[in-house]
Amino acid sequence: MNLAIRDIRYHRGRFILTSIGLGLLLGVVMSMGGIYRGLFADALTILNITKADIWVVQQDTNGPFAENSRIPEDIKYRIKAAPGVTEASPLSFQTIQIDRMDKPLRFFLIGFDLNGFGGPPVILAGRNIRQKHYEMVVAKGMKMELGEKIRLGLHEYTVVGITGKVVSSSGDPAAYVGLADAQDIQFKKDNDAIRNDRERIGANLSGMQTLSPAQAKYLKQNIAGITESTHTVNTVVARLAPGANLHEVQERINRWNHFRPISVEEQTTILTKGMIEKARMQLGLFRIILLVISAVIISLIIYTSTLDKIKVIATLKLIGSRNRVIVGMILQQSLLMGIIAYGIGYILILLTYEKFPRRIVLESFDLQLLFAIVMAICMIASLVGIRKALKVEPAEALGG
Amino acid sequence: MANSMYAIEVEHLTKIYGKGETAVTAIADATFQVKPGELVAILGPSGSGKTTLLTAIGLINEPTHGKVIIADAMVADEGWVSGIDLKRLRREKLGFIFQAHNLIPFLTALENVMIALEINQLSSREAKRRATELLISLNLGHRLNNYPSALSGGEAQRVAIARALANRPKVILADEPTAALDTENGKNVMDLLKKLAVENHSAILVVTHDRRMVEGFDRIFEVLDGRIAS
Ligand SMILES: Nc1ncnc2c1ncn2[C@@H]1O[C@H](COP(=O)(O)OP(=O)(O)OP(=O)(O)O)[C@@H](O)[C@H]1O
Ligand SMILES: [Mg+2]
Repeated sequence: MNLAIRDIRYHRGRFILTSIGLGLLLGVVMSMGGIYRGLFADALTILNITKADIWVVQQDTNGPFAENSRIPEDIKYRIKAAPGVTEASPLSFQTIQIDRMDKPLRFFLIGFDLNGFGGPPVILAGRNIRQKHYEMVVAKGMKMELGEKIRLGLHEYTVVGITGKVVSSSGDPAAYVGLADAQDIQFKKDNDAIRNDRERIGANLSGMQTLSPAQAKYLKQNIAGITESTHTVNTVVARLAPGANLHEVQERINRWNHFRPISVEEQTTILTKGMIEKARMQLGLFRIILLVISAVIISLIIYTSTLDKIKVIATLKLIGSRNRVIVGMILQQSLLMGIIAYGIGYILILLTYEKFPRRIVLESFDLQLLFAIVMAICMIASLVGIRKALKVEPAEALGG
Repeated sequence: MANSMYAIEVEHLTKIYGKGETAVTAIADATFQVKPGELVAILGPSGSGKTTLLTAIGLINEPTHGKVIIADAMVADEGWVSGIDLKRLRREKLGFIFQAHNLIPFLTALENVMIALEINQLSSREAKRRATELLISLNLGHRLNNYPSALSGGEAQRVAIARALANRPKVILADEPTAALDTENGKNVMDLLKKLAVENHSAILVVTHDRRMVEGFDRIFEVLDGRIAS
């Protein structure tokens, strides 16, 4: 006869309620693990779908996700010509926040070369961008309809396709436009700014006594050309030929100065170690705190339920039960509570994780580890109850 | 040790609670024997040492001095005999019945009896069979699956008796088994104990306040201030 189960059966209301409470707590612990994995997955999404081997960025930066990186678009030709490189394609990234239907809409705008790679990984509805200008593919997470128009910078863009779950490293949904459009949106100044710049440059140049008016006019035109130029990108991504040596290619690009070729491995480190490390530590800390709270609660529950059973334990000792019967009863109850609470937490998370605002990734390793930790906690927590129980004297069964 | 003719032997048993000025001598130099099948009543006023005597024999209260021998096993000789397995002796040789029935609240009547059998290594099938049989013989056949909270005082006490009897112990110790019962139920319980002493050939020690309850007992011990007169 299993005493643990008989006791639970008799006090099932109390047992179920405590298990649900603990289950909620464990559900939160699980979701925090999932949020962490989600952060990880989000951070690496664009890196993974781009499937590049090298990310060429501005020298001395960790760009393009971690900081600002600006390089000239035409470096793509030089990169592509490097031995071992098969493809090179420029990309631009920017975070945009606009008002849409009176609500802020924040998203990550990716500009890609329509003839290169780095565009939408899949098209779930509609089509990919075909026209050079004013078309846009948005991630599902943007919750936009095909044909919808939004104004970005100086122009209006039409949604022509919906892609899957693409998010920036901070979890904002992504949208794609052609590179030229993205450059316009990111770099092109509005007409007032251009007029101001022209006037400022003109004033400066005419102040220079050594320039003839003809020279000044010529210079002014050229400088205006440069300041209005938008042929800048944040990174050029490159793919290598099979068997090409990554380090050799990296070294070659390094030698050009002005550029930093980041390998996928380095990029992963930048994204995970640098950018989400704090969030990870915070979540980890919360998880530990919650587990400690669970441990305290389980100990307390087991201890009070042992106190409730002092007379029962004394009676069992009186009629000659071995200690292992009594220890078993307490330990099994504790483990059973842990198992049921874990189950409740797990079901809860399974039912809700898709509705979380940010991505939750449930990894079976994490869940198994948590289960082992919960079992260990239950075992340790039951020790206080067991200690108490072993001290009970059989004579205590006598009192009324 | 040679097979003696006694179920219980007590020699110069003394129990002193506490030390120094606050020491209380609850039992002073008791010596007696009880044969198998004998039904003995222990009478005495409150605080005279009846429970102390019973618990010392019941192996849950260590004697300060003297010897206790249960079914030929020397259990106490100036304190517990070292290395003795008291739990095992309790579950194999002793049965307990107390004023408050001491049933386990989360087990049914049947399970309360079964547990005593199962801790004595009986299979749960065999335990169930024997417990059911026993409860039916105590007129509790209709109460097998009730929890103690749903039993009357008399029924609960009969379940406790069934539990005490389950392992057919050599010695049954009852501390005021009728105190919580009305006269009629009390008499029924006492009659039951008498019958069991004869049928099971067990030595039965029954503590009681109530002189009316002890008619038909084989012997009566009167306890006064820790001293026993029979
Ligand atoms: N654990 C204990 N510690 C100290 N003194 C005790 C203890 N148990 C009993 N005594 C004392 O020993 C004496 C005998 O107590 P005991 O319980 O044996 O009496 P009793 O005859 O069973 O009384 P009652 O009829 O009230 O149950 C009393 O003076 C009591 O106060
Ligand atoms: Mg008493």
